[in-house]
Amino acid sequence: METILDVKNLHVTFDTYGGSVQAVRGVNFSLKKGETLAIVGESGSGKSVTTKALMGLVAKPSGRIPQGEILFNGKDLVQLSDKEMQKVRGKEMSMIFQDPMTSLNPTMKIGKQIMEGLILHQKLSKQAATKRALELLELVGIPEPQKRINQYPHQFSGGMRQRVVIAIALACNPQVLIADEPTTALDVTIQAQIIELMKDIQAKMGTSIIFITHDLGVVANIADRVAVMYAGKIVEVGTVDEVFYNPKHPYTWGLLGSMPTVDSADEKLVAIPGTPPDLIHPPKGDAFAARNEYALAVDFEEEPPLFKVSDTHYAATWLLHEDAPKIEPPQAVKRRMKGIAAEGREQS
Amino acid sequence: MTREKLLEVRELKQHFKTDNKSVIKAVDGISFDIYRGETFGLVGESGCGKSTTGRTIIRLYNATSGDVIFNGTDVHRTKSKKELKAFNRQMQMIFQDPYASLNPRMTVKDIIAEGIEIHGLVKNDAEKTNRVHELLETVGLNKEHASRYPHEFSGGQRQRIGIARALAVDPEFIIADEPISALDVSIQAQVVNLLKELQEERGLTYLFIAHDLSMVKYISDRIAVMFAGKIVELADSDELYHNPLHAYTKSLLSAIPVPDPDYERNRKRIIFDKDQYDPTNSELREVKEGHWVLCTEEEYKQLIK
Repeated sequence: METILDVKNLHVTFDTYGGSVQAVRGVNFSLKKGETLAIVGESGSGKSVTTKALMGLVAKPSGRIPQGEILFNGKDLVQLSDKEMQKVRGKEMSMIFQDPMTSLNPTMKIGKQIMEGLILHQKLSKQAATKRALELLELVGIPEPQKRINQYPHQFSGGMRQRVVIAIALACNPQVLIADEPTTALDVTIQAQIIELMKDIQAKMGTSIIFITHDLGVVANIADRVAVMYAGKIVEVGTVDEVFYNPKHPYTWGLLGSMPTVDSADEKLVAIPGTPPDLIHPPKGDAFAARNEYALAVDFEEEPPLFKVSDTHYAATWLLHEDAPKIEPPQAVKRRMKGIAAEGREQS
Repeated sequence: MTREKLLEVRELKQHFKTDNKSVIKAVDGISFDIYRGETFGLVGESGCGKSTTGRTIIRLYNATSGDVIFNGTDVHRTKSKKELKAFNRQMQMIFQDPYASLNPRMTVKDIIAEGIEIHGLVKNDAEKTNRVHELLETVGLNKEHASRYPHEFSGGQRQRIGIARALAVDPEFIIADEPISALDVSIQAQVVNLLKELQEERGLTYLFIAHDLSMVKYISDRIAVMFAGKIVELADSDELYHNPLHAYTKSLLSAIPVPDPDYERNRKRIIFDKDQYDPTNSELREVKEGHWVLCTEEEYKQLIK
């Protein structure tokens, strides 16, 4: 499959009174046409900042990109001027934000908000833009678009508002859609509807999606590939099956183990102790070492590289080094791995 | 073992009047018991009335009608200050948002000690300080934290402070209103583990209100599902998950994302048609021992077959 986006060694730093916060510290990943990449991690892991950098939305002057490339169809977005970036943003790449209550303009009819991008980027006439807006409302499953197009955001429920935000994001048929926790503010049943809608649209239009979330259940549902971020770096990346059924990084174990399964009522959850590190002074060695019960002496000295597990699966932990002791993941995580074990038996 | 009822809720109603003379029936006639030492989960989507139920039980709101009987006395009929004070000591609350529920101008020590002082649980200042330090250690913080202010803590730590504050007056019963929704997944597990440990050590009883069904299932002994101000189903947590009977419970369970790609690929979501929902002739009926469903007489006959 064709690679549409290629992020190489991306760094994002914010200058504050306390010092420079290294929010993203060398992130590499690629996105193929029509695939969904989920980025997971705790708050402060750099997942949102990474996507803001892709969209050219890192707040200046405090935020800057000291090094790295974002190759979008071969063109480096980091080098573009603000004006050039405006032609990409909303047209070729667009974004859905977490909170539909704040990402819509409360004083503008939703029809106008959808048409804005169409008139600006695609130079449509007002009439043509209205027609397209109606189509989009229909596409995202809003009943009675003729009536709804003239209403204001407060007249919509949370789920319906998020549909409007998706309609705006899709208006110019972007190649890449970035969704930053688009369902976190919604109830589970509404969340399920929005996810189904996004998958549906992807199937119809072949959009590539970057989906940011901390909910691993949602990841299992929507993602083709998963990147796990910690302290500004990707610590594990693989296909959704690889990351869920054969996780290699202790941080991924911690994330998976801290969610209860239906039959885990009697055992304790595997909580990750402590809190994420301070990124003004990132720790020496592996940033996760201090919270990692499996940490080796080398973790506190030297940063682990990404070790290859398979062609699509990589993890940055010294446990994968050939000299490392063999360590089994905790019981709660092993139980989740039964899926892949069962598959193995079927094949043999 | 006979189970002792700690809390009985009988036909509780909480109606709010809005300015245009219409009435919002946030809680519309619900009944349930909570036994000593158990964790009772209350789940439902936003606006179903679950938080209002918790707040009415602890008397942050005065009930429109119905009874809340705690340890044999009716909460909403205790009038005297003295009785109320005694009640407040037995029942405490942990709130959802650890950023909004701690006073930013008070030190952690003052926040935790407020209840201790009001109830006169210590004789002097030294004893108070000791008590606060003990509580901080109980919830996994340390005594150096006592002199700091809430903004110096992370979300998970703040929630621990909220728990220490609730524990300060040695309550029997704690209402936890979405105590983990604002926290990161890994921190959620820390707080849930802490709540479980405290329950074992101190024999606490919890009312755990949440919308995250997988966590509720994990922590609760029994679960009630609320929809539109009513309890639609109530059962042991295993029974509820493996054998949901009400259409709404089925749809809610089918919508939970499970961190298992194979499961997700084969998931079939059950749609609940809200327009078809009409509780007019329905009552909460026991269809199986301990398993209650909101249903009509005919539906009941079908269900017990």
